[in-house]
Amino acid sequence: MSGFDAEYLKSRREAEWRVNLRKGIKAKERTNIERLKMPEVDPLERAKGHMEVNNGLTKEMAIVEAQRCLDCVNPTCISGCPVGINIPEFIKHIEAGNFLDAARTLKETNALPAVCGRVCPQEAQCEKSCFYTEKLGKKPVAIGNLERFAADFERDTGNAYVPEINEKNGIKVAVIGSGPAGLSAAKDLAGFGYNVTVFEALHELGGVLKYGIPEFRLPNEIVDFEIDNLKKMGVKFIKNFVVGKTASFDDLKQEGFEAFFVGSGAGLPNFMNIPGENYIGVLSSNEYLTRVNLMGAAKPEYDTPVVHGKNVAVIGGGNTAMDSVRTAKRLGAKRAMIVYRRSFEEMPARLEELHHAREEGIEFLNLNNPVKYLADKNGHVNKMVLQKMELGEPDASGRRRPVPVEGSEYEVEVDQVIVSIGVSPNPLIPQSLPGLKMSKWGTIEVDSDTMQSSVPELFAGGDIVRGGATVILAMGDGRKAAAGMHAYIKSKTKPGN
Amino acid sequence: MSRIVTKEFLSENVVKLELEAPLIAKKRKAGHFVIVKIGKEGERIPLTISQANPDKGTITLIIQRVGVTSHKLSMMNEGDEVTDLVGPLGHATKIENVGTVLCAGGGVGIAPLLPIVEAMHDAGNRIITVLAARNRELLILEKEIRAHSDEVIIMTDDGSYGTKGLVTNGMEEVINREKVNLAITIGPAIMMKFTSMLTKKYSIPTIASLNSIMVDGTGMCGACRVSVGGKTKFVCVDGPEFDAHEVDFDELLMRLGAYKEQEIEAYSRYLEVIKNR
Repeated sequence: MSGFDAEYLKSRREAEWRVNLRKGIKAKERTNIERLKMPEVDPLERAKGHMEVNNGLTKEMAIVEAQRCLDCVNPTCISGCPVGINIPEFIKHIEAGNFLDAARTLKETNALPAVCGRVCPQEAQCEKSCFYTEKLGKKPVAIGNLERFAADFERDTGNAYVPEINEKNGIKVAVIGSGPAGLSAAKDLAGFGYNVTVFEALHELGGVLKYGIPEFRLPNEIVDFEIDNLKKMGVKFIKNFVVGKTASFDDLKQEGFEAFFVGSGAGLPNFMNIPGENYIGVLSSNEYLTRVNLMGAAKPEYDTPVVHGKNVAVIGGGNTAMDSVRTAKRLGAKRAMIVYRRSFEEMPARLEELHHAREEGIEFLNLNNPVKYLADKNGHVNKMVLQKMELGEPDASGRRRPVPVEGSEYEVEVDQVIVSIGVSPNPLIPQSLPGLKMSKWGTIEVDSDTMQSSVPELFAGGDIVRGGATVILAMGDGRKAAAGMHAYIKSKTKPGN
Repeated sequence: MSRIVTKEFLSENVVKLELEAPLIAKKRKAGHFVIVKIGKEGERIPLTISQANPDKGTITLIIQRVGVTSHKLSMMNEGDEVTDLVGPLGHATKIENVGTVLCAGGGVGIAPLLPIVEAMHDAGNRIITVLAARNRELLILEKEIRAHSDEVIIMTDDGSYGTKGLVTNGMEEVINREKVNLAITIGPAIMMKFTSMLTKKYSIPTIASLNSIMVDGTGMCGACRVSVGGKTKFVCVDGPEFDAHEVDFDELLMRLGAYKEQEIEAYSRYLEVIKNR
């Protein structure tokens, strides 16, 4: 989804400062610059603590990287961005040394630039559709690293730009869930002039950005900073409030809320339903990461316990699996293993995460699948039985289907198993709205353009609609839904209706 | 933030707190629970709502001191504020007129039993309640339970009050005497296991309210999973009440011990700290 039409983008591109900047360096020289590498903390050093892995670009590095961008006539990168950031404009601001303007440009369409600069799979989105990747066969402009640079620079000045908002229209709207989908919707709705209240079930704001993604990838203070910015836009946040339980949708309608955005996430962990999965020490990645990230269980002054496993197996090959296994390493695991039924090629985790995990000494038991767990007399898991797999014909997802190798079972010693094989939509909202049309997977069915559900005043996006996707896709949904809600409320309040 | 309105010790280690929570008080039904967290460093623990006063906007929680968080709660005073309180969570008890309901409450399990006894009684059922405790001092809420029961049988381990014996002895006496249509059992997992075995023997449908380890209490973490009829269920969103005859109580007992070591260590450290205060 692009936030701007082509005419607007073209007129911005023709601004004098950008024309001059383009003339400053020849295209040939720009394309000769090598993509810069993000400085990182040494793998052995970082695996001991929870410090952020990436250090960020310096000003000088950012300017050089920004010079690589050709400021294309047809900026294909934008079409690769789920929230439609005006990518060339922000990069050219960096090239010109106007870092705060770069941050402003990001914030026109993105509620969480410092977050996206860290966790977006740019290699599959904007950077994939960069001119360098598509036409030159070279490494793309490091759009993600530059986004992070601009957002961090602005935050470090201590004086963040608060996006402008339209005149208040006095209409109340509710956002359910303060994760990426909800925050993104809240920003746009506030910008349109609505009185926005975000309801969060947990005691902390940020949803998966807080309970799921570890601090070494996304420090909590960065999430809080972006949320503070929304507060400055007038968005109200209420914690410890489960819509459907603490108050019903009808209660909220009576309170004057005219439309709802549901971004309640996919909070129900899947298990494999194999023998021994309920032994002590076998837990979901959601539980493990929530204990460590949200509840502070690894810090001595916090009350929530977590087991520091010595031989830890994480089942799965996604980003959450990588987050879990790298957390286990940081909590002192001797062996921190990924058990994945396919091979590196099919692994859904981001390449960067895989690369970081391998650097940190994570073991990969690929083409392996657990078939059961064994335990000691107290019920503590002590072994997993793995079966070897081989790849057969491609399945519906296009990935080669894993086929068990008969008679290949063997045992591996473990004292902790973290199951990270995906999540299902949280049932709380659907349970509380019997008229809501759901798919057979338990996700809310919506119109893909407006994100409107079968209940006209209710819109939804993120994992409660997708069943398990990325932060940035959830944010894109939030933006689409905000536009959909705006159109819906306008049509409802039009005279004559 | 939720302010503590009244506080009362029901026995040496059991405290009753009445908390300001107007929205929860209005929505809460028998069987619901809340999640409580104290301070920034606190853990989230589930507690069943024992009573509620929607007019006053308060709910009552009954807490037995067993670890760091329950002890912290017991040390708080009227006027103090609980940092985080969320609910009502879980499915409410299915309340209907079935005839005679035999309710069994063990120890602090009498607290979550109270609202169910009350609602079942209001629905027109004949209520016979068996309360069990180690001794007279540890028996809680007798008066409140009596107010909503047609008959109350008290069992103590040491015979210091009521009849000496186990909860199952009291229940079996009733079962042998008259027709029981439904049994409800709430208490320590081991007690629910044996009461459930008893009623299964007599083919009496039985409901157990489970109190498992939870973190978020909204379906997100799966810490509370339990096997019911061979299938994995989440106590927080599928329960907390289940068909007792289908619950794997041995697994529940095992899983309740998942963090035993850490809990004991943290509690002794905490007791040491408050002793030196």
